[in-house]
Amino acid sequence: MTQIPFALTIYYSFFSWNLLKEGSFRFSGLDNYSRLLTDESIRTAIFNTVLLTLSVIAFSVVIGLGVAMLLNSEVFGKGLMRTLMIAPFLIMPTAGALIWKDTLLNPLFGLLPYLLSPFGLGRVDWVNQFPMVAVVAVEVWRWTPFMMLIILAGLQSQNLEILEAAKVDGANAIQTFRRITLPLVRPFIELGALLGSLFVVQTFDSIFMLTYGGPGEDTTNLPFLLYLVAFQGFSIGQASAIGVVAVIITTIVATFALRTLFSIFQVEARR
Amino acid sequence: MIASSVDGRRAALSKVVWSVVGWLVVFIFFFPVLWMWLESLKTEPQAASSPPTILFAPTLAEFQEVLSGDFPPFFINSAVASIGSTLLVLILALPAAYALAIRPVKRTRDVLFFFISTRFLPFAASLVPLYLLARDLHLLDNIFALVLIYTTINLPLGVWLLRSFLLEIPNDLFEAARVDGAGFFRELTRIVVPLIAPGIAATSLICLIFSWNEFFYAVNFTSSVAATAPIFLVGFISGRGLFYAKLAAAATLASLPVLLAGWIAQKQLIRGLTMGAVK
Repeated sequence: MTQIPFALTIYYSFFSWNLLKEGSFRFSGLDNYSRLLTDESIRTAIFNTVLLTLSVIAFSVVIGLGVAMLLNSEVFGKGLMRTLMIAPFLIMPTAGALIWKDTLLNPLFGLLPYLLSPFGLGRVDWVNQFPMVAVVAVEVWRWTPFMMLIILAGLQSQNLEILEAAKVDGANAIQTFRRITLPLVRPFIELGALLGSLFVVQTFDSIFMLTYGGPGEDTTNLPFLLYLVAFQGFSIGQASAIGVVAVIITTIVATFALRTLFSIFQVEARR
Repeated sequence: MIASSVDGRRAALSKVVWSVVGWLVVFIFFFPVLWMWLESLKTEPQAASSPPTILFAPTLAEFQEVLSGDFPPFFINSAVASIGSTLLVLILALPAAYALAIRPVKRTRDVLFFFISTRFLPFAASLVPLYLLARDLHLLDNIFALVLIYTTINLPLGVWLLRSFLLEIPNDLFEAARVDGAGFFRELTRIVVPLIAPGIAATSLICLIFSWNEFFYAVNFTSSVAATAPIFLVGFISGRGLFYAKLAAAATLASLPVLLAGWIAQKQLIRGLTMGAVK
């Protein structure tokens, strides 16, 4: 069901077709693709997609690992902490982005500029002055709980006896983390990062709500560009070509993700 | 003796320190949600004040306004799209997962790979043809189109997840049932469904989360009649002036079903999100 439309997408990508112009459907060969190569917008969009995905994944994995380790150690109220921590992931992304934009980051009435005003950052319009930072921040807020959940599951599968033995052998906390914990949770971190990046590559909701791809094209990623070209510009052929590029990029990531997924299943099977 | 009491005190101290650090981090992450709730309980002037209002007498006026206004149809559309598609996924995925897990055919692994690869295909890949198809079938702005689309989006995930749960049922059980002369249908209703109840819960939860929160297709395929809850929120981006309290109330209501479901089924959440790889 999803493969047939994709085949059609490839088909359309070889045609020039404006949805609003009757009879404008005609074969145009590789025109749409050669336009992609010369078009400034698509290069910006690819760059933004990669930048957004890499930074969101990097930050959320590192913070997620930290939070997971906190929740795996001896702390008060672990269960409640975990419950509250996963809320950002469950909140509707459009709702979350709106709350950030209008009630937290708004330069006039927002809470963050107010809290930052003693540091001289009181009138910073984050969404317009640092649009990419705002989008990344909201997405990190949303994806850190996802990473935390996966890494926490990995930490909890740790063999406590090995940790005890390491302590008896005089290993300090940093050594234990680097030699025992990290290798053990590595597959979980990889899984989280790869699954996460498959979702983050498709980021659309928060860009739509926060910046609408702007200012200019500063936060336009591939899905948003496709939306603009297809539904504001009605160029079906051009939009299809963008879709094909998006698929190629995702396929590269997905191949790695699937390999990790299968290797985890195989480790499970051997147990 | 002395050494161990020092150790004990140090352990207690480190527990307090890490607890404080942990709660601080959790507070930062949870704060936007808390702030959304607080804003929703304010009056409009309180919500749009500078400096922000921290202490106020809570009121449910904005919730009343949202619920008595034009929000309910959007909410109902979301419910129809997500519950309808989740049920369809379960009905279609269970037999497929059963076939792949219990009675594997040749090249099962390839079939699995194909199934799951469709989930990883970006929405961008199928948007244009599906849009044209929906337009030609006059299904634009029809909730039925969203039900179908969400079903196809979640179906591979459903098959994959249910299979991972089915694999855990010992084979002996099926053989015993077959020896007792149970047919396929009996086997399914008496053994499979009760045993993978947690799996069905996990699958439903994940399908509900993805379809309830889905925006990309909803914004392109619906406009008024079939518009879902996230589309209602789009109206707040511009043109409605400073309605922050109303916005927060609508956002709270729109997020509530998934938030509650996710909180109740935390155990299933992790397994669902990792496609059954992490238990």
